[in-house]
Amino acid sequence: MSAMLLNKEKWPEFVKMLAGKKVLAPQADGDAMRFAAVAEGEAPALDYNNTRVPPKGALFPQTETMLKFQSGSEQVEEPQLDQETVVLGLRPCDARAMAIVEKLFKWDIDDPYFVRRRDLTTLVGLACIEPGMNCFCSSVGGGPASTEGLDMLMVDLGENYLLEAFTEKGEALLAETKDLLEEAGDVQLKEKEKVVGDAEQKIKRKVDTEGVPEGLPGLWEDPLWQKVSASCLGCGTCTYLCPTCHCFDIQDETEGFDARRCRMWDSCMFDEYTMHTSGHNPRPTRRERTRNRINHKYGYYVDKFDVIACVGCGRCTNLCPVNIDIIETIRQVKEAL
Amino acid sequence: MSSVNVLLPQQATILDITEETPDIKTLRVVGKEGLPFDFMPGQCAMLSIPPVGEAIFSITSSPTCRECLEFSIKDVGKVSSALHSVVPGQQIGIRGPYGNGFPVDEMKGKDLLFIGGGIGLAPLRSLIGYCFAHREDYGKIDIVYGARSPADLIRKSEVQESWAEEPNTDVHLTVDAEFPGWDKNVGFVPTYVSDLGFKPENKIAITCGPPIMIKFVLQALEKLNFTPDQVITTLEMRMKCGVGKCGRCNLGPVYVCKDGPVFTLEELNALPAEY
Repeated sequence: MSAMLLNKEKWPEFVKMLAGKKVLAPQADGDAMRFAAVAEGEAPALDYNNTRVPPKGALFPQTETMLKFQSGSEQVEEPQLDQETVVLGLRPCDARAMAIVEKLFKWDIDDPYFVRRRDLTTLVGLACIEPGMNCFCSSVGGGPASTEGLDMLMVDLGENYLLEAFTEKGEALLAETKDLLEEAGDVQLKEKEKVVGDAEQKIKRKVDTEGVPEGLPGLWEDPLWQKVSASCLGCGTCTYLCPTCHCFDIQDETEGFDARRCRMWDSCMFDEYTMHTSGHNPRPTRRERTRNRINHKYGYYVDKFDVIACVGCGRCTNLCPVNIDIIETIRQVKEAL
Repeated sequence: MSSVNVLLPQQATILDITEETPDIKTLRVVGKEGLPFDFMPGQCAMLSIPPVGEAIFSITSSPTCRECLEFSIKDVGKVSSALHSVVPGQQIGIRGPYGNGFPVDEMKGKDLLFIGGGIGLAPLRSLIGYCFAHREDYGKIDIVYGARSPADLIRKSEVQESWAEEPNTDVHLTVDAEFPGWDKNVGFVPTYVSDLGFKPENKIAITCGPPIMIKFVLQALEKLNFTPDQVITTLEMRMKCGVGKCGRCNLGPVYVCKDGPVFTLEELNALPAEY
């Protein structure tokens, strides 16, 4: 592992040195921040809390073209995926989410798109200094400077960023930009520990998951599911904005003579998600769909991959239109155990 | 892109089409060189017609048929409707096979009781054909098959003639209500199973049909003292990828497209009943 320092004044140059790759960084989009491609010569400042939409789209785009074809022709064309990409400044929770989702996308059979994109992508994280009001990463296995899923982590030390590389791709990025960097010393590493420790102290919300994965099956018929889903509108915001939600639909779309098969984010909170063509629906109401969502994240995923599929980013709680709070839901699960 | 993209279909050709019932057709499909892939009874495949879309269907032919794959398809949705309008020679997309298939080895030496309802005969037919092709491996075969009306029974001549003539095999047909000219049983499949009073000794029951039929067949078998490990069913689920990624076909922690669609009742009893 190498640790280097980048003076913030050199940040624009650092970003410029990545020219040739697609660079994604958080940028203002209306009243929210969103990961978007950095225009040539630009170097967006990384002064943000977190993006509204997680950067999962870098590896799992909201809509991915699988095939292109033309009406009336049997010729199909497969899009090439060869764009090297750097995601700059994603939060450790979102990077952890990518590592968690990768377990599924690499389970049994590799998902061709996710795995290819991950190979082409370097994930450069930015440690959190000011956690959001509904952040609870430290309760679910993460932390403000968690490195899981990251190729490199940046820590804001005031005048400088501390850059630590954990993978070959991270090391390669340090090598590419070495003219701008200085070796970091013990002083900076200690400074990092303080900054990260302070950030951990600022995480106000906690969730106690002990016994939850094992206990969930016993709560299958518990009235709590009715209670926690009573106000749910089934809008799907919680799942679209969840960095670990990875469900997708596959559809053919036509525009004039051009058509494509694509896959797009889907949501287990929609009734059509599981509805059979006959109209029979194994999860007919929001009660069953909410129960599945919580069981999937805090039960099934633990069963299968030994990790909770929630990274505590707080987005589902922040943005739920009817204020359903996942921490409160898990608290009620705990209470019912 | 990586060398083999498991989510992309290969080209297949429609050989011919049989109209089974007013809303069910059987398509015979061949790949570029014979079968598009090898498979086991009970496995499924994704069929697609661009730019309409893709949907999953069980393979109804037996793997011992080396000529083509057969799919019995009910005209109920967007893709199935498009598949009802194909003509011989037309190209479609196919990928698979998906799922675990029936435990043909564990079933060896047993008597077999097949219970099918409507289009639910489709996956059973693959296994029935397989068992007939390996007749010496299996004991007595009983086939209970029902539909709403005589016109809704699929593979009629095969069921009533070929199957009924197989050695040590009985075929029991039923329809939901009286129809002119119908001289076989009248009544729902689960009731008929109870009435026939099958004995569970050394027998495996394999059932597929509409969810409501499966539910009552399982109850009927329980009353006949079949134990959960003697009962096998194959589930239908909405599926998009077929490879355990898209998320929607889960029964608790298992994916029906990977760990299913074939389950023993013993396995199902350990999973949430969300099917």
